[in-house]
Amino acid sequence: MNIPADLKYTPSHEWVRVEADGTLTVGITHHAQDLLGDMVFVENPAAGRTLTKGEECAVVESVKAASDVYAPVAGEVIAANGDVEASPESVNKDAYSAWMFKMKPANAGDVAELLDAAAYQKLVESEAH
Amino acid sequence: MLKQTPLNATHRELGAKMVDFGGWDMPVNYGSQIEEHHTVRSGCGLFDVSHMLPLDIKGANARAFLRRLVANNIDKLQVSGKALYSCMLNEAGGVIDDLIIYFMDESWFRLVVNAGTAEKDLAWMEKMNADWGMGLALTPRRDLAMIAIQGPNATQALNEALPGVDQITANLKPFNAAAMGEMFIARTGYTGEDGFEVMVLAKSAPFFWKALMEAGGKPIGLGARDTLRLEAGMNLYGQDMDETTSPLESGLAWTVDLKTERDFVGRAALEKSEVTKQLAGLVLLDRGVLRSHQKVITKNGGGEITSGTFSPTMQQSIALARIPLGIAPGEEVEVEIRDKKLRVKVVKYPFVRNGKVLI
Repeated sequence: MNIPADLKYTPSHEWVRVEADGTLTVGITHHAQDLLGDMVFVENPAAGRTLTKGEECAVVESVKAASDVYAPVAGEVIAANGDVEASPESVNKDAYSAWMFKMKPANAGDVAELLDAAAYQKLVESEAH
Repeated sequence: MLKQTPLNATHRELGAKMVDFGGWDMPVNYGSQIEEHHTVRSGCGLFDVSHMLPLDIKGANARAFLRRLVANNIDKLQVSGKALYSCMLNEAGGVIDDLIIYFMDESWFRLVVNAGTAEKDLAWMEKMNADWGMGLALTPRRDLAMIAIQGPNATQALNEALPGVDQITANLKPFNAAAMGEMFIARTGYTGEDGFEVMVLAKSAPFFWKALMEAGGKPIGLGARDTLRLEAGMNLYGQDMDETTSPLESGLAWTVDLKTERDFVGRAALEKSEVTKQLAGLVLLDRGVLRSHQKVITKNGGGEITSGTFSPTMQQSIALARIPLGIAPGEEVEVEIRDKKLRVKVVKYPFVRNGKVLI
């Protein structure tokens, strides 16, 4: 299973990288893209949009199905990755470099509520049964 | 407990992603669904379609039975091996199932019915057999496995995998079948490409599958089967039509024989019914993916997508939709996707045949 130790995770299968300046980079996990299959469409939130925690803010669609992407914490979108919208298959190639959007959390402390790699691995394993 | 085809272990050895497909444990892909799709358009793909049920109808009244049972005209079948696609309707004119009928001889027709409807179909046929006093033997052939070999290189792969079969494939025309010992070789498919659907004894299936792979065939999952059939403009039972829809509003009028005097189940209801809808092809002009059950907005009223996907061949989203009559190919309509209205063009389908985009 591909779950980098340096990232944080959500139970809805987003990965979050806490950058040095406290902003967050968000994408979907390797496990999520594996469940969905070949990606054909990505729609990211626009920069400037304010998100509440758990809000549906982006969409990924594979040949098979559409899936919502949820805001990991409350905050403001500061950048969206146009490259991944133009090449949705990049999510399949490397889910952790194909980031979707960057955000500034409303409260820096909220990041502590995210799952670490070990907890996310447990969650994935429990869902497999 | 999911039902398994005779090739279940083979799929697992090949690393297939297995899913519950209507109660069957089936491969949805063996890696990339899109790559598998392209393989069938450009090379040769192998599909395990053993979940579908071959059904032999034997007895002197076989033709008389099918004349009443199905909506297409069974008397189009006069040459041994010829196949016919038809709907089997209920009294209300709804579609119980769509099926293929092969005429072998006057006392033997072979049907292939959908997996999800097989038990219902068999019960219905047995009831009609009894009600009409036909005295036929209806035999489900779960002892057979069925492998579809599809794509421009299908003939070459089949010929190489099965010594001697070239005598048959050389002369087998589309929508015809031939028996070769226990094997049954039909030039049919669900992809819009040339190819075969071959029935073999279940115990021989794994060996045959491996021989086909050695001859260049690549395993293809049910995911690609769906995108291929949709590009080819072929209906999927349960999505594009079912017991509540008329074949005349499902793009299947060409399979319903109302020209001859023949009385078949559902005919009276169809003749009384008013056709107000049509099945149309859609191509999405904006970014997104069309999916079944999305609402279609037209100047003549609302409609609904019955099947939608991203077309790997066309690199854009396509769909079949049931929309009001009077909307012609070339017109623009709208589809609602997640509270947005996206632009869609109505087109004449099929979208793709024999590797070529027709839109």
